Amino acid sequence: MFQLIFFSILNGLVYGMLLFMLSSGLTLIFGMMGVLNFAHASFYMLGAYVAFTVGLHLGFWPALVIAPVVVGLLGALVERQGLRRVHRFGHIAELIFTFGVAILVEEIVQLVWGRPAKSYQVPAALDFPLFRVMSSSFPAYKAFMLVVAVAIFAFIFVILTRTRAGLIIQASLTHPQMVAMLGHNVPRVFMIVFGIGSALAALAGVIAGPVLGTFPGMAQVLGSIVFVVVVIGGLGSLSGAFVASLLIGIVQTFAVAMDVSVGGALAAMGVHVNTAGALHDLWRVTIAQVAPILPYVLLVLTLILRPTGLFGTRET
Amino acid sequence: MFRPTSALVFAVVVALLAGLASSATPADPIRIAYIDPLSGPFAATGENGLNQFKYATEALNKGGGVLGRQLEIVPLDNKVSPQESLIQLKKVIGDGIPFVFQGNSSGVAHAISDAVQKHNERDAGNRVLYLNYSAVDPALTNEKCHFWHFRFDAHADMKMAALTDVIAANKSVKKMYIIGQDYSFGKAVAEGAVSMLGKKRPDIQIVGNELHPIGKVKDFSPYVQKIVASGADAVITGNWGADMIALAKAANDGGLKVPFYTYYAASDGVTAAIGAAGIDRIRLVHESHPGNPNPPKALSDYLTGYRKLHPQNDVNQPRIHTGLNMLAQAIKRAGTTDVDKVAAALEGAEFTNLSGDQLVMRREDHQLQMPVYISVHTNKNIKHDLDASGFGLALEQKIEREKATQPTTCKMQRPS
Repeated sequence: MFQLIFFSILNGLVYGMLLFMLSSGLTLIFGMMGVLNFAHASFYMLGAYVAFTVGLHLGFWPALVIAPVVVGLLGALVERQGLRRVHRFGHIAELIFTFGVAILVEEIVQLVWGRPAKSYQVPAALDFPLFRVMSSSFPAYKAFMLVVAVAIFAFIFVILTRTRAGLIIQASLTHPQMVAMLGHNVPRVFMIVFGIGSALAALAGVIAGPVLGTFPGMAQVLGSIVFVVVVIGGLGSLSGAFVASLLIGIVQTFAVAMDVSVGGALAAMGVHVNTAGALHDLWRVTIAQVAPILPYVLLVLTLILRPTGLFGTRET
Repeated sequence: MFRPTSALVFAVVVALLAGLASSATPADPIRIAYIDPLSGPFAATGENGLNQFKYATEALNKGGGVLGRQLEIVPLDNKVSPQESLIQLKKVIGDGIPFVFQGNSSGVAHAISDAVQKHNERDAGNRVLYLNYSAVDPALTNEKCHFWHFRFDAHADMKMAALTDVIAANKSVKKMYIIGQDYSFGKAVAEGAVSMLGKKRPDIQIVGNELHPIGKVKDFSPYVQKIVASGADAVITGNWGADMIALAKAANDGGLKVPFYTYYAASDGVTAAIGAAGIDRIRLVHESHPGNPNPPKALSDYLTGYRKLHPQNDVNQPRIHTGLNMLAQAIKRAGTTDVDKVAAALEGAEFTNLSGDQLVMRREDHQLQMPVYISVHTNKNIKHDLDASGFGLALEQKIEREKATQPTTCKMQRPS
């Protein structure tokens, strides 16, 4: 039992931190521009594919640096040449624009790399069990994912709270006009944030590609979950995104480990249901089987009970 | 100025003209639809299946085709979704294509089988024949059987009977964990395993019986931890495609070193993902000689020829060759592509496959009667490796046709 809990926590943390890498960029972009960027997960996918291709020639480590830079520049370009032009037509236009970019990226990926999954492998240097607890082992690569994610979090946190650039970004979040009046180039700040957000998503793709698979549907798989994270955490809130990412990562991992049925779980909470009634199939479903929809249940609950999200300040 | 409507009209007119032109010639090809995933998580499996169909078709066409006509495979992407499959089936019917092959996912198979039956009962002049080369839910040739469905793969219970025989002989297995995809096939595997193990080895405890969402789980680590925590000393899984690759990866990473008894743990990336960690530990039940050691010559040549065309892929479904050739022979015997006549010719048809086995299409339920093979993942004495990985499957046991057969509850209704 200890073993199961211990490894579930570790796996939950790894998954949660991965979600955070994606959602941090998304929530910053939303906070700043008010745009729900549907193409965010596409940059994650591009990161994995670019890293896969670069890795074939130069190896994993150069790819770890090159891919986020390339995708970050691409993100900045999308903001500069696309989003900024669409901006004056309002939020709906922006929303549709990012939606279009997402579809475009998926099609381009299929054209360039083909439909089947790529065999993007864990680098040999990290392909060993880091430690064993009783009969299970924990792969070194997952520990590496965790370290990278924590480093990113520390990096963003320091930039945002301890530097002048962070001060301007934070000010642009809430008072863009005022910041512009003070002589700062707010559009350029937007572009930089969008670029960095895209680069972070790409970095998540680089390190998640070998574990979660590199295939044209990978953006869709995480895309919807990331929105859930951002809404639960509170739109625009970095710390909210952090807490929500870990929450969802751990909830999903633990749910898989539970063999209790929905009816049984309700009974444990003191709610007794008629297990022979019309909904008997529903009560017999195990928590493990409903694990994938739990984040969406959380999403709905959040929207009903606390529309601002855990740490958000405005209504979603 | 570019006007989308006029462009659209133009495109439609061109398409109609092209359609008229192609359907007018007398020696036009016999079209065979292939409805399987060509995008999404199972695209690799569907794509390789399509290539095997094309490969088998080319050989037939080189030999002069059928009734003097060439065969043509028409690929249609269904994303392993029953709804998408029905849309594609409508297209097949609308285009007047008489034959449909589908294999990936019994969930899809049930949808297509149902729709084909209903359509054929309504529209006797424009019937379609459903040729199932891989969807192995036993129900399809039992309670859900009908005249226009034929299966060319051994169904889940035939395979599970063989697999549980092997497990029963392994006295070190005491605790079994069953994990599968949450749909009709995964459930059929789990039910078969529980009931057959219960009879053959009542002392084996089932310590886990898990269904996970199909094609949605990307990291199986939480499931692997659960298997480890259950104390299982063996695992049965029907997982295929991306779900098998991810499960194998997570098992390797998590240090799960128990024997796996599987249906589809080979090829299309799975063998490469298992690698050295699975040697002598991963077993597979399937319908053909695995190619190692000492493959029959016809099979060996066939595998080698395919590898030349597709250096990274394998003929992992020799039943595609079987299904296509049995269809071709039935069309020849019927002398027409009329669906009812071809179906009648398929009933009771015999065929010698690439492994040299004598197969019979049973009249009672349209389930092909065939031997079943058990093979093990290894790198010793491998002539035909899989995924170009140096690893492959070696034959351990062959269960002859007479022994592999399973009774059926089908009451076949034939059109009068």
